[in-house]
Amino acid sequence: MNGLESVRETRDAVRSRAISAVDVCRTALRRIEDVEPRIHAFNTVDRERALARAERIDRDIDAWRGAPLAGVPLVVKDNICTRGLRTTASSRILERFVPPYDATVIARLESAGAVVVGKANCDEFAMGSSTENSAFGPTRNPWALDRTPGGSSGGSAAAVAARLAPLALGSDTGGSIRQPAAMCGVVGLKPTYGRVSRYGLLAFGSSLDQIGPLTTTVHDAAIALSVMAGVDPADATSAPEHVPDFTAALTGDVRGLRIGVPRRILESGVDPEVLDAVTRAMAVLEGRGATIVDVELPHAKYAIPVYYLVATAEASSNLARYDGVRYGWRASPPPGGRYDLREMYARTRGQGFGPEVKRRIMLGTYVLSAGYYDAYYLKAQQVRTLILRDYEQAFGQHGGHASPVDVIAMPTSPTAAFAIGERAADPLQMYLADVFTVSANLGGLPAISVPCGFTRSPASPEGGLPVGLQLTGRRFDEATILRVADAYERDTSWARERPALPHA
Amino acid sequence: MPSEFTRDDVAALAALAHLDLEPSELDLFARQLGDILAYANELQGADTTGVPPTTAVVTRHTIDRDDVVQPCLDLEDVLANAPDAVRHPGLFRVPRVIG
Repeated sequence: MNGLESVRETRDAVRSRAISAVDVCRTALRRIEDVEPRIHAFNTVDRERALARAERIDRDIDAWRGAPLAGVPLVVKDNICTRGLRTTASSRILERFVPPYDATVIARLESAGAVVVGKANCDEFAMGSSTENSAFGPTRNPWALDRTPGGSSGGSAAAVAARLAPLALGSDTGGSIRQPAAMCGVVGLKPTYGRVSRYGLLAFGSSLDQIGPLTTTVHDAAIALSVMAGVDPADATSAPEHVPDFTAALTGDVRGLRIGVPRRILESGVDPEVLDAVTRAMAVLEGRGATIVDVELPHAKYAIPVYYLVATAEASSNLARYDGVRYGWRASPPPGGRYDLREMYARTRGQGFGPEVKRRIMLGTYVLSAGYYDAYYLKAQQVRTLILRDYEQAFGQHGGHASPVDVIAMPTSPTAAFAIGERAADPLQMYLADVFTVSANLGGLPAISVPCGFTRSPASPEGGLPVGLQLTGRRFDEATILRVADAYERDTSWARERPALPHA
Repeated sequence: MPSEFTRDDVAALAALAHLDLEPSELDLFARQLGDILAYANELQGADTTGVPPTTAVVTRHTIDRDDVVQPCLDLEDVLANAPDAVRHPGLFRVPRVIG
């Protein structure tokens, strides 16, 4: 075995000394060296740091006997701070930023034995759905090199799909873990807002952002979440909720569970092959004893406009900190001239940010400005309440529906992976890729994407493209969506499919 | 509500957001922001009479703590990322603020 297929296999092998952490690390680094030139999943790979860490684990292997991630190679999205390891958010403005501290999730995962091998490419400041908005060039989908891996955590998803590491971290503000997971054929989990500390995540939309794992199996996602979750004094929005061992929920038993499908919103705009794969997935779960019912989410049609007004408003405020003073890049004065402080800010931000980031900062500035605040920002926040109530109603909370559901199922994305360049010139078309994912962020709900098949038509020389099934649950009930996703995985073989990754 | 965005609108917004834009960006963003806001106008169709806004979905819990000094980042480490810092006594240096 190469020790890279799954988190569970890797850590079991390291703990039982069947393989050393250094050998696991070397295998990962070799595979990255081989595959990386074709997919560009990374902004930074740090061999020395990774090998030194793996050596420390091997030297004292008895101390790691109970560690849930002993020797597991970890890829970290490049908007999550790693002490001493460059963290760019795929932006010129942070090209040389070396964080003086670790994000809380990094500290927790390393304490559990994970070995950081590198920082994954993403859309700049996580703003995008294709990883094309990276200042360092796009990531390619391992299933079809002319396609995007989705985004914004596209490098993380591509790395796991290509089996460069069994575990990656992403961040999800409007679907940025789940959508690339779907498009790359891997598992992606966005935990409940507040479940995982955001300390050390470069802030984009502070009421929406969550960090979560990308893995090849649901069981691995449960292992990772059990390590990452929990209240953190450094993040006032992290929740003091009990953190169970999420793997204990993976019983395979979904008898009596009710799964809601919002058929009405799937009637238009969904690729027929995607819809077909999701319908077949429902039949699999029905075969295991779950009950499939219709649910209404009447305000779902407003989710995209609400999201893009709320998220950009929050982003315009959060990104004000990149001003060329305390960290990051500073623009030079105009040729032969000088500049004052305000001119320095504007030159630094104008040249340091890419087009999508500038577009969103301006949109957010606009919707927060006097005269437009009520019509756009306040209105969006009110409709956010209506979207939230739709979900509470379906889940039977606050005296809602008479026959509530436990989980809501739909496609993660309306289409499989699209071609690089296909939507890059039309931001609005790009935003529509998030139509099924943004609601979970607006509601703070946990949601997971699990592979549910492939498009049949060979959309590329390599063949079909992965399709993802999204399961959304009640707040802090990751256990149920993990249980359903795992039960589905047991009856299907999608998790074992690997991209061929032909040489160019 | 204006769904038409002019170059001047974009220039005014860019100034508010401290973003120097190229002339070509003014035209591009005017068109794209207009398209996005026209789409966002669909929200006006939702009846929000008496609906409170949702600003956050945080579970309500107390985050009070004792007012005790905690360890913080090392000054040298923090200044190391600054484009222009004075190590002693530990300052960020910026261009002139007042003419």
